Amino acid sequence: MPRLSIEDLKRIREDAKQAMNLRAGTARAKVTVHMGTCGISAGARDVMGALLKEIEKQNLTDVIVTTSGCAGLCSREPMATVELTGQPPVKYVDLKPERMVRILKQHVLEGRIVSEFALASGCETTG
Amino acid sequence: MAYRTHVLVCAGTGCVSGKSYATAKALEGELVKRGLDSEVQIIRTGCQGFCAEGPIVIVQPDGVFYRTVQAKDAAFLVEEHFLKGRPVKRLMYTPPLDKSPIPALKDIPFFAKQKLVVLRNRGAIDPEKIDDYIAVDGYTGLIKALTEMTPEQIIQEIKRSGLRGRGGGGFPAGIKWETCRKAAIHRNVEPVVICNADEGDPGAFMDRSIIESDPHSVIEGMIIGARAIGARDGFIYIRHEYPIARERLQKALQQARDYGLLGKEILDTKMEFDIEVVQGAGAFVCGESTALMASLEGKVGEPRAKYIHTVEYGYKDRPSNLNNVETWANVPLIINRGAEWFASMGTGNVSENPWGGSSGTKVFSLVGKVNNTGLIEVPMGISLREIVFDIGGGIPAGGKFKAVQTGGP
Repeated sequence: MPRLSIEDLKRIREDAKQAMNLRAGTARAKVTVHMGTCGISAGARDVMGALLKEIEKQNLTDVIVTTSGCAGLCSREPMATVELTGQPPVKYVDLKPERMVRILKQHVLEGRIVSEFALASGCETTG
Repeated sequence: MAYRTHVLVCAGTGCVSGKSYATAKALEGELVKRGLDSEVQIIRTGCQGFCAEGPIVIVQPDGVFYRTVQAKDAAFLVEEHFLKGRPVKRLMYTPPLDKSPIPALKDIPFFAKQKLVVLRNRGAIDPEKIDDYIAVDGYTGLIKALTEMTPEQIIQEIKRSGLRGRGGGGFPAGIKWETCRKAAIHRNVEPVVICNADEGDPGAFMDRSIIESDPHSVIEGMIIGARAIGARDGFIYIRHEYPIARERLQKALQQARDYGLLGKEILDTKMEFDIEVVQGAGAFVCGESTALMASLEGKVGEPRAKYIHTVEYGYKDRPSNLNNVETWANVPLIINRGAEWFASMGTGNVSENPWGGSSGTKVFSLVGKVNNTGLIEVPMGISLREIVFDIGGGIPAGGKFKAVQTGGP
C-alpha cells in the first residue's frame, strides 16, 4: 500500500464517506453487529454467524454486514444495528441467533421493524 | 429586534463531518444577500440524534425538519422557504411509511443524558477498517496539527481546552505536555510519549471499550501529542487481559503505518513517529506511571518516589509524557474543533488556568446493582443522581439506594 500525502488522505475520506453512506450505494441495508468484549461474551459471534449463514442461504448480495464496538448498553448485549437505506438506524437488543435471522427476514427484507427486540431508532447525541 | 424564524443547524460531530458548518455559513451568506439576516437567525445546535441524515436543519417555529442540507442547497432554501414561505419538499425528512413502532434513541433515558465525544464513533464504525475512521473525519486533526499549527500552538490549544488527565489524576494535559517538551529541549534528550492502557480497577472498562470501538482515535491523539512534544517513539502499555483491544490496536497501527500515518515522513512531512504496543503481565501496580515505565524497561514493575518527575526523567531516563487512553482519544477533536468548543462542556472556567474547572466529558463504566449497566459518556459536572437513576434506570426490583462507589477501587 502506498504511503499517503495529505491530498491522498482527503481523497480517501471522500471515497470512504460515499462508501459508508448507504444513499450513494446500491445496498438495501447495513447490519452492524456490535462486537466489543461485552457483546462477544454474550454471544455476538453466534449472532453474526447465523446472520452470515442466512444471507448466504438466501444469496443476498445487497445487504452489508459489518462489525463495530460496544454500543454502550452492555446489559442488553448482544446488540445489532439495522439501517435500511434512507431510514434511521434501529438498535436491537438481547439478540440470539434465531432472533437475528428473524430480524433479517422481517426488517431487512420486508421492512417491518421487529418491535419485540427493537430498543429504539436514531443515533446517539454527540458533542 | 426579535427574529421571526430560527434555523437550527446541527453542529454535532456527525453533522459537522457532513459539512454542516459550510451549510450554516452558506445559509447566513444567502440571508444577508436577501436582506433577511435581521429576521431569520441561524443557530448552531448540539446533536439532534439523527446523524444518518445529516446535516440536519430544523426551522422553528414552523417545525420543518430538513435533512442532508448541503451548502449548495442554501440559495434555493433561503429563497423558497424564508423569502417566499414555501418549505422545500425535496429536502424534507419523510418518515418511513409505516409509523415507527419504537421510540427514538435520544428519548431513551439511558442515552438521553449522554454526550459522546470520546465515544463519538462507538457502534458506528468498524474499528478494524482505517477507511471507516477516515470517513468520519479521522486524521483531519492530525493534518491540521501538522500543517497549520506549531508544536507550541498545539500545546496552547490543549492547555486552553482545559483537558485534564482521564486516568484519575486530573492533571492538566497541556501543562504536562509543555513541561515534557521543555525538559527535552533543556536536556537535549529525545522524549517519548506513552499511552497507559493498563486499566486495572475492578469493574472499569472505559479504556478497553475506547480501544475496541475506535483505536485510531487514540493513535491520532498520540501522533498529535508526539508532534507537540517532539517525540519519535511512542508506547502503548496495555494489559494482558484485553486480547481483543490489543488485537484491534495492532491492526490499526499496521494500517496507519501502511498509509504513512506512522513511520518516517508522516503525510509527506518531516515528522517521524511510531508506536510500539507493550503487553503488561497482569500486575495491578503497573498502571501507576513510574511502575509502568519500569516495566517498559523490562525491570520489576515497582513505583519509585515521585520527587523526580517522569516528564523530566522517565522511561530510560528520557523525558516521558504519559497520558491515559481516554485523554489521548480526546485530543484529535480538540485540535479539530478548538479549545473553546471543548471548554464549553463541563464545569468551571478554564479560560484563565486549566485548574479552574473540568472541561469536556467523562466515560464511565456503570456497573453493579442498577437496571442499565454499560458504558456511558456524560458531561463533566453531571450529578450522581442523574447517572444512577436516569441513565442507570435506578435500582433493580425497586430496591432502596444504599451506596455508590465512584472512581477506582
